[in-house]
Formats: sequence, C-alpha cells, structure tokens
Amino acid sequence: MSGHSTYNPTSGFGKWMDARLPIARLMHDSFVSYPVPRNLNAFYTFGGILMIMLISQIITGVVIAMHFTPNETMAFESVHLLRRDVSFGGTLQSWHAVGASMFFVAVYIHIFRGLYYGSYKAPREILWILGVVIFLLMMATAFMGYVLPWGQMSLWGAQVITNFFTAIPVVGQTVQEYLLGGYGVGNATLNRFFSLHYLLPFMIAGIVILHVWALHVTGQTNPTGVEVKSKQDVIPFTPYATVKDALALVVFMIIMCYFVFYMPDYLGHADNYIPANADVTPAHIVPEWYFLPFYAILRAIDFNIGIPFTEIVLIDSKLGGVLAMFGSIAILFLVPWLDTSSVRSANYRPTYKVFFWLFVVNSIFLGYLGSRPAEGIWLPLMKGSTFLYFAHFILVMPLLGFFEKPLPRPASITDAVLGKNGKETTSDPVAAE
Amino acid sequence: MKSIFIKIAAVATLACTFAVGSVSAADYPKNKPRQQSWSFAGPLGKFDKGQLQRGLQVYTEVCSACHSLSLLSYRNLADLGYSDDQIKNYAAEYEVEDGPNDDGEMFERPARPADRFKGPYANDKEAAAANNGALPPDFSLLAKARAPERGFPTFIFDIFTMYAENGPDYIYSLLTGYKDAPDDKEVGEGLHYNPYFIAGDALAMAAPLSDELVEYTDGSPMTVDQYSKDVSAFMAWAADPQLEERKQRGFIVILFLLVFAGLLYFTKKKVWSDLSH
Repeated sequence: MSGHSTYNPTSGFGKWMDARLPIARLMHDSFVSYPVPRNLNAFYTFGGILMIMLISQIITGVVIAMHFTPNETMAFESVHLLRRDVSFGGTLQSWHAVGASMFFVAVYIHIFRGLYYGSYKAPREILWILGVVIFLLMMATAFMGYVLPWGQMSLWGAQVITNFFTAIPVVGQTVQEYLLGGYGVGNATLNRFFSLHYLLPFMIAGIVILHVWALHVTGQTNPTGVEVKSKQDVIPFTPYATVKDALALVVFMIIMCYFVFYMPDYLGHADNYIPANADVTPAHIVPEWYFLPFYAILRAIDFNIGIPFTEIVLIDSKLGGVLAMFGSIAILFLVPWLDTSSVRSANYRPTYKVFFWLFVVNSIFLGYLGSRPAEGIWLPLMKGSTFLYFAHFILVMPLLGFFEKPLPRPASITDAVLGKNGKETTSDPVAAE
Repeated sequence: MKSIFIKIAAVATLACTFAVGSVSAADYPKNKPRQQSWSFAGPLGKFDKGQLQRGLQVYTEVCSACHSLSLLSYRNLADLGYSDDQIKNYAAEYEVEDGPNDDGEMFERPARPADRFKGPYANDKEAAAANNGALPPDFSLLAKARAPERGFPTFIFDIFTMYAENGPDYIYSLLTGYKDAPDDKEVGEGLHYNPYFIAGDALAMAAPLSDELVEYTDGSPMTVDQYSKDVSAFMAWAADPQLEERKQRGFIVILFLLVFAGLLYFTKKKVWSDLSH
C-alpha cells in the first residue's frame, strides 16, 4: 500500500535533515501523500477525532496534575480549589472529565463502524487487535481517573471494581491487596491510581502509533469493502481527508463544548460531589455511563455453574459474572476469526446488517440495564440482553458466513462511486501521484 | 454529508444519554422536585444578585447555625455585589483561630476576607453529636450533590432543554415540602416527614424556615416560599461560583466553533469539487 515515497525536500535544511533523520519524509508519507479510498464516509473520521481526544486528555491532564494533591485528606478539596480559584480551572477540569466521556462516545462509534464495515477482516486482524488493546487501556485509565477526585462514587466504584479480582481462584485476594495497597480503598490506592493514571495514557499513545502504522500498511477499508485496486480508487490524504477530518472534529467539538460549558455535570454522578467516606455506602453504586453495559453483564450472572444433579460448584456466581464481563471484551479479540463471511462490508450483507443493528440496540439497552438495580424485572432482562450480546459473536457471526446470500459487490471503488451517481463517463484527475 | 453529521450527532447524544440515564432506581424521593424558573438557567443565565444577598441573609441567620460552607472564603462574597468594606465587616463578625504567634501560642482574631467561612462546629463528630447523630451536610457543593434521578425518557430531553437546575429545584422542594405524615406512615423518633427527601420518608432536620423568620429589607415577601427560593439560589451559586463566567465563555467558544465549522464545510466542498462522487 505505502509504495515509494514522493517526499521531495526543496530547502537546503530539508535536504540536510532528510539525509540524516527523515522524519519530515515519514510525516509527509503518512499524512500528506498517504492514499485513502475516495469513498470514505463521516464514520471514518472518528480515528482522527480519537487521536485529538487522546492529545487533549493528556494536555489537560498534565496541567490538572499540577494542581492535584493525591492524598486522601486533600484530593477532593484540591480538585474543587482548582475549579474555583485557578484561572480557567473550572473549564480545564470539565474539559478533562467531559473529555473522558466524549472519548468513549467516539471510540464506541469507531468500534461499531469497524464491526459494520468488517474492518477486522484479513489482512487487518492485527490492526483490530491493537484497537481492542487500546480500548482496554482506555477503560483502565478512565476507571482510575474517576477515582482521583475522591468523591463517594470514586471510592465505592474502586471498592466494587477491585473486588472483582478477589473472584480469581487462589491468588485473587493477593492481587486485590496489591492493587489497593492495603485491605481497603485508601490513601495507598489513591497514590498508585494517580501514578498509573499518569502512566497509562502514554502506553495508549504508544499502541496508537502501532495502530496507525498497521493501518498505513494495510490501508483503510471503505464502505464497499472492496480493496483499493487502482489509483482512481484513492485520493491523497491532504487536502481531501485532512479538511474532512477537520470539519468532523470541529462538529464533534461543538457537541463536546455544549456539555463542557452548559451541562458539565450531566455525564457524571451527583454523589461524586460528596467527599469519599468509607463509613457511608451510597444507595446505588454505579460506574460511569461508558462502563454500564459491562456492569449489566457482570450482574446478569447471579447463579453458580456446577455439575448438574450434584452439589459441586465449578464456577460460583461471582467468578461467573467477572468472567462474563471480561469475556464480553475479550471476545472482541476473536472477532476476525469468528466472522466466517468472505464479504467485508455489511452494505452487501442483508442479514448481517439486521443483526448488526440489533446488536447496537442491544448494547445501548445493556447500558440502560447497567444503571438499574439487579432485581425484579431488570434481572431477567439483563440475562436476556447478555445472552444476545454473546450470541451475536458466538452464533450469528460464524453461522451467517454459511447461510447468508450476499448482494453483488461493485468491481471497484471507482465503479461504486461513479455508478451511484450515474456519471459513468466523467474522467477524474489522477490522484495520489 | 450534512445529514451524516446530523446522524452522528444523534447517535452520539443517544449513546451518551441512554446509558447515563437515571443512574439509580431508588424509590426516593417520593415526589419529584418541583421545577422553578431560575435566573441562572439557560445559555446566558446570570445570578440575581439581590436574590443571592437575600440567600446569604437566610444562610447567615438560619442555616449557618448547623451547616458549614467550608469551600468558600469571605472574599467570594464579592460575587454577590458587596464592596470590600462590606465583606471585611461581615468577616470580622467571626472569630477564627490563628497562630502560633512568636510566643508559640494559638490565638483568636476576627476573620479576614481571605479566610474560609467559619463553620458552626469544630469538627464532624461535634456536629453530629449536637444534632442527634445526624451530620448536617456542608453547603459548599450541596446544590450539585443532590440531584434526584430524572428517569427515562426525561433525561434525554434534558440535554436539549439544557436542564441543569436539578439541585436547586430539589433544595427548594425539600424546604417547602414538610408536611404531616400520612396515617399509614410510621415516622421514627426525631425524624420529620418530607416526601421530597432524597433518601427516605423523613429526615433529621425539622422544617427550618417559617414566615417572617428573616427580616428582608428590599421588600421581597417574607415567606417560606421566598426564603427557600433565595437560599436555594445562594447554594447554587456556592456550588458553582464560576457559572456565569462558564456560560459566557461557552457562548463565545461555541459561536466561534460554529463559524469555524461553516468555513470548513465550504472549504471541504471546494476541495472535493474536483472529484466526481
């Protein structure tokens, strides 16, 4: 895909530098002349948005860390003094907190886009797997970040989530104590979470570089799912994709700013405005909204799994819930091999398309269920919804490849683009040269 | 293209809202807070300084007997329209501990504008002990910390109506919501029935306000209803003193981004116009 470089330094310094460290050449090849399919739609802009979000979170985070005191008696107050007494402190803190939520909005759209257009299929398995690793790191980072303001939900959320690890047989208790730095969530926990919360974003940045590298080796997918076949199929990244990504980013920023400036508390939980208190348990402990689907899956498993007709329990409900929850993410690693269809894009897969949208609706519904208590009508709904979640990966994806009759695909991207508008004789400028 | 962005916006809002939702499914409060119209609501909302001053008066004369305001300093009262001298005089009414002095001794002195609001109790334990074991919550963030669940689908509409006054609505409703318990309700010893209370049928605080309790000088009605509204607005300010600045800043930022997005839209159209698609 990457072909030979078209970078041509003109200035004396450019030539001197290029012979020593061709970093400008790397940038030019990656973000200027890099060929992208000409038919990418708006859903393909979220990769760029996510990269900017990561940078934005790191910059705001670094500045907030200058004002934050990672001590259990001072953390809560230090966050609020930042909001009240530091110039632009309120905006900075909201930008970072709302930014975390918007980061997840973007990543979920990005993941669903990948699932719809079959972006995980050969030869992009590694690209996909790196993406899932980034997602996992994001979840760890966001969770630890939520603990730092040291409100009630911070402390109790940390208590609940670290408690998962005790479900691991034999070593669970020890693992949890190492995570917490003690027997309960306390000052040691806050200190190590602060340290890790500062570390993980840079690990994400590292994997993002690999993710983009892998992308630039295989090239992007596109809504037709047909690989790039000729120079007519692609356009150079700059100016075409650059200006489009910029527009998408600014539209995304408008939505984000609406929350930052007008509804900064909407995406958070009111209880986090109460200082952490280990003696008072909140009525309902809930994680941040972006974890709610997984929280529903965790609580859906309320039964022991054992050998039938005996008293022997192989997996108790607690371990079962934790396994289901981690399994719901781990299964994403296997998606490239679970999907047996040879057709990439759901546009040409009439049955998969229906199941895909069912999956989207079910995932959102799981999120709603995650905010409900695990009792009454909600519990069977959680179980049903969890079953549908896994069935999509374990049943629908492998079986559809055999039973589904795909629609005819266009011969090339150019055919698809021009055929659609009926302008078959137009000649295009040859791009990406 | 445009329709795609609208779709994205819709999906994005849906994605965040659906899940955020009403996060707990508590049975309380029994009655939803009664929504009031607040001067500080909406994209250009501003605090009503007269109202905040009356709210401070209610806080000073009534609430501060039990409730602290620990994150605020006397200097913050400048936001309410008071002059430096007025703030100095207000602060000087309170004695705070300072020291150690050159002799190594702690001493009492009148508070200065830079000091934090002096609370009624030395510590939480004393506060709880003085109130039948129920700790009166600090007021600094209470208007943000008490936000009863809105429920589906209201929480989705809230995004578009920019409803963020859940806290002051709750406080107002609670203060005006005391009544006799219905016959079938058993109210515990030392508790007071209030169907607006977020965590049960009854709370430890007795109805704190009554008509004519606080002497207003600006001619505002001296009723429980007015006191409650004023002190709720005051608490909204205390929890978010940067609100006006934040909203004005947001207005400029979003206006800029809208213009920028418009320019980018036409730039994109121009750049892409040499491709047939």
